[in-house]
Amino acid sequence: MCPDSIKTFFLDGREIPFREGQSVFDAAMTAGAFIPHLCHNPDYEPHSSCRLCTVIVNGRPFASCTQPAVAGQMVQSDTPELREMRRVLTQMLFVEGNHYCPSCEKSGNCKLQATAYDLGLQDNHFPQFFPKRELDASHAEIILDRDRCILCGLCVRVSRDVDKKSVFAMTGRGIHTVIVVDSPSGLLKDSKVTAQDEAVQHCPVGALLLKGKGFDVPIGERIYDKAPIAEDSVAKFQAREAHIHG
Amino acid sequence: MSRILETAANPRDLRRVVIEPVTRVEGHGKVTLLLDEQNRIHQVRLHIVEFRGFEKFIQGRPYWEVPILVQRLCGICPVSHHLAASKAVDMLVGARQLTPTAEKLRRLLHVGQMLQSHALHFFHLASPDLLFGFDSDLERRNIIGVIAAHPDLALQGVKLRKYGQEVIRHISGKRIHGVAAIPGGMNKALTVAERDTMQRDIAQMVAWSRAAVDLSHKVFESSEHSPHFGVFPSNHLSLIGSGGELDFYDGGLRARDAEGATIFDHVDYLHYNRYIREEVKSWSYMKFPFIIGKGSEEGWYRVGPLARLNTCDSITTPLAEAERQTFRAAAGGGMQHATLAYHWARMIEMLHAAEEIERLLEDPDILGTDLVTKGERALEGVGLVEAPRGTLFHHYKINENDVVEKANLIVSTTNNNQAMNEAVRQVAARYLDGKKLTEGLLNHIEVAIRAYDPCLSCATHALGKMPLQVDLLDVEGHLVDRLVKGSDGTLTCEQA
Repeated sequence: MCPDSIKTFFLDGREIPFREGQSVFDAAMTAGAFIPHLCHNPDYEPHSSCRLCTVIVNGRPFASCTQPAVAGQMVQSDTPELREMRRVLTQMLFVEGNHYCPSCEKSGNCKLQATAYDLGLQDNHFPQFFPKRELDASHAEIILDRDRCILCGLCVRVSRDVDKKSVFAMTGRGIHTVIVVDSPSGLLKDSKVTAQDEAVQHCPVGALLLKGKGFDVPIGERIYDKAPIAEDSVAKFQAREAHIHG
Repeated sequence: MSRILETAANPRDLRRVVIEPVTRVEGHGKVTLLLDEQNRIHQVRLHIVEFRGFEKFIQGRPYWEVPILVQRLCGICPVSHHLAASKAVDMLVGARQLTPTAEKLRRLLHVGQMLQSHALHFFHLASPDLLFGFDSDLERRNIIGVIAAHPDLALQGVKLRKYGQEVIRHISGKRIHGVAAIPGGMNKALTVAERDTMQRDIAQMVAWSRAAVDLSHKVFESSEHSPHFGVFPSNHLSLIGSGGELDFYDGGLRARDAEGATIFDHVDYLHYNRYIREEVKSWSYMKFPFIIGKGSEEGWYRVGPLARLNTCDSITTPLAEAERQTFRAAAGGGMQHATLAYHWARMIEMLHAAEEIERLLEDPDILGTDLVTKGERALEGVGLVEAPRGTLFHHYKINENDVVEKANLIVSTTNNNQAMNEAVRQVAARYLDGKKLTEGLLNHIEVAIRAYDPCLSCATHALGKMPLQVDLLDVEGHLVDRLVKGSDGTLTCEQA
């Protein structure tokens, strides 16, 4: 039991303390409870677009990354229904893009791949869409491989909010939604983006990568070779919390 | 000679016998025989029935992905594709000369693969025919039968293959489809612990490899089939070291004709397409390469262990060199043309691979940490290695955005396409012609194919180049319309 002065909610029956203003997601991760997620990076504003972090709060579904923690609320995350929903969402991401893990530089460092392992994906289940998506290799240092994009919007948000360049945006609807580049030609080479931009550094799936760098990190030394994503994410989140809040 | 059996004069009047699938080979293929009422053979063809098309879907990908992507061509010798593509990509990043450590690590990776692949073929795939007989009891003629009859030998085969796989794992992180070579070098240094682990068992591997050479030699010398089973004159082609020595990883191209005369020598493989061209035939997904100077009829050639031992002047490791001399002496010092000699040559190469692993592990450079070099960029790269099954060509052109625009692969087995067809025709004409066909007799055809250790799945790349004909027939079967695509991709429409 936490002292009465500390506010708490219950996640899958476990009492979770939280600070005022913290989201359910942040409080859970701080307490060591992993919630699968793809579009959320704790260094930036939450977006709640991938819906993988959906939890049931007092009987209703919410994206935990944007759902404020409230004292006494009852939250469910690790249930068969939510696990199945997350698995299906992840399967749909795989079939709606062109994700070729065997030849992907991001393999072993990819959040989508690691999440799929965490959720126990054995196959894609749904028929593959094989969409035709344009590769933009026009920039001298950066490559935009739309085949791998999961439309998490992180590059859009970070380019706008941190880099203050708004290089990236989304266009189209539904299955036809794609990332576009703000430049006269629509190509990266004519945009303001540079290899040092924050937006280029944090793509969770390798849709944005630095050119010419491939497979430098040997098998066994990549992020998710060392620890599964649940363990790795929680450890990094807790370290970040400790650094910021002591 | 048997080449006349490629196409029968009146195929509609003949009976068709199909061997499908060809067993104990990598990939899927079939052999068709056309026979008349007296069981006389009129046509024999080895067809490759699966299709890959890697050359096409490499297009549009960034060059640094290619060495990883193309190794998925094969689960048996992915290291060969990884290294051939890496050598081509080295050219793209201007790495003309790797650091000593990077080159030696690549060589170690490559001989590790040579050891495991050759062991797999000889012990698991070929030995049932060689130990029990081509037409022996079918129930017994398999790896389970070998384990039952010769448990020690079978175990040696398994352990030799395992050792080779472990060498690959230590360097690339995985036994199959690891990641080791990167543009201009390697991504990981070898640790002392890894080196020591490999050194622990290498003497045993050399000893078992010597025993395998003895066995394959004895089988060849004692077999009643050896002097006339798939024996036919041909050209031979391989990479060769600067001193004419056997070299699996690098060197120039050497071709010799059936009498042993040099057709070309120490050719810079960057210019391979001035010497080698590929022909497409309508009945196979596998192309037919030939030496341009000799034309498509006379210019086809053999690659792989037999060709390498026919083309090289020496082997750099002592035990294998002594065996090479015995091998060449058995052919009177000239060219060895017996298809069954492939097995003997393969085991001599396995011995060389084991000795080479031992030598490289003792080299201080192997523990170095200077792994990557780069230079002036280029838009075209060619990489060749001697894969277990023969010379492997990878050729890429990229655009100024670093994306592959064109890829050409001539895979080891493709080089042996005509030779395998010659072998099955010669064997069919000699052993099957006019006889009542039995499983044992048909296995003779498969034995001839197996000797080349073909990897049929690797070798199918003629995407967009297959001549095709589509006939539209009416309900009575009369031709209404015909669309013909030539090997150059041109479409013509013929109306009845």
